[in-house]
Amino acid sequence: MQAVDESALADSVRAGDADAFETLIRRETPRLLSVARRILGNDDEAREAVHQGFIAAYRAREQFQGDARLSTWMHRIVVNKALDVLRARQRRPEDAIEDLLPRFRPDGHHQEQFATWPEMESVIDRERLSGTVRDAIASLPESFRLVLLLRDIEELSTDETAEALGTTPNAVKLRLHRARMALRTLLADRLQGAHS
Amino acid sequence: MNCRDLSRFLEEYVAGELPDTVASEFELHISRCGNCDQYLVQYRETIALGRAAAGDPGECPEELVQAIMASLKAAK
Repeated sequence: MQAVDESALADSVRAGDADAFETLIRRETPRLLSVARRILGNDDEAREAVHQGFIAAYRAREQFQGDARLSTWMHRIVVNKALDVLRARQRRPEDAIEDLLPRFRPDGHHQEQFATWPEMESVIDRERLSGTVRDAIASLPESFRLVLLLRDIEELSTDETAEALGTTPNAVKLRLHRARMALRTLLADRLQGAHS
Repeated sequence: MNCRDLSRFLEEYVAGELPDTVASEFELHISRCGNCDQYLVQYRETIALGRAAAGDPGECPEELVQAIMASLKAAK
């Protein structure tokens, strides 16, 4: 869609035009559903988060700032709706992540020798590789999985992630680092296992 | 800087947020430690694989579009 069309669509959305909202819903729903599914891991809840997100956007339409993109605005709204759904779920105790982090000898050297990963294309096809990565991400403890999703996949900034999760930027950075290290361990096990 | 120290700085190094003096020490260690060099490669690869695994959005479910439009009409 050209910039001028985007600007006209934004004006019509702000004015509450039903056709403009339908255009926005049809354009953004597939991507927003993917985002909500990644966060919630459940199709029914993802649909509800997107549904509630558009209602919230409609009610707040006059607050939409013209210098932002409609897609970015909707993305933030649906991420927050999905996080609301997660918070409403009964919390379960998280598994510890320490077993997935690197270990060091008393002199500060790594305990493990890291083998080179096989060439990805030679391991498994791209679709299976993506499924393997998604499964590994899904198996991370939830507070780490969420930070990794919001920062590395949804590409929110550290500050935006901290605000969405009600924590501090430093906590986000530390948790992201641990989540990446844990995911690296899980992928090493799975990719090398798939290659052997 | 040893391997444990380097591990603590990985996130900031990859984000380009390490102060120059610390980044220099980081890179000096990497140049001498093949194991940490390999770990850094895999840390970056992990981020890239995560992004690539997001997948393409699927179809737009018509019944969801209609349900949202009905809700917006009711919200007027």
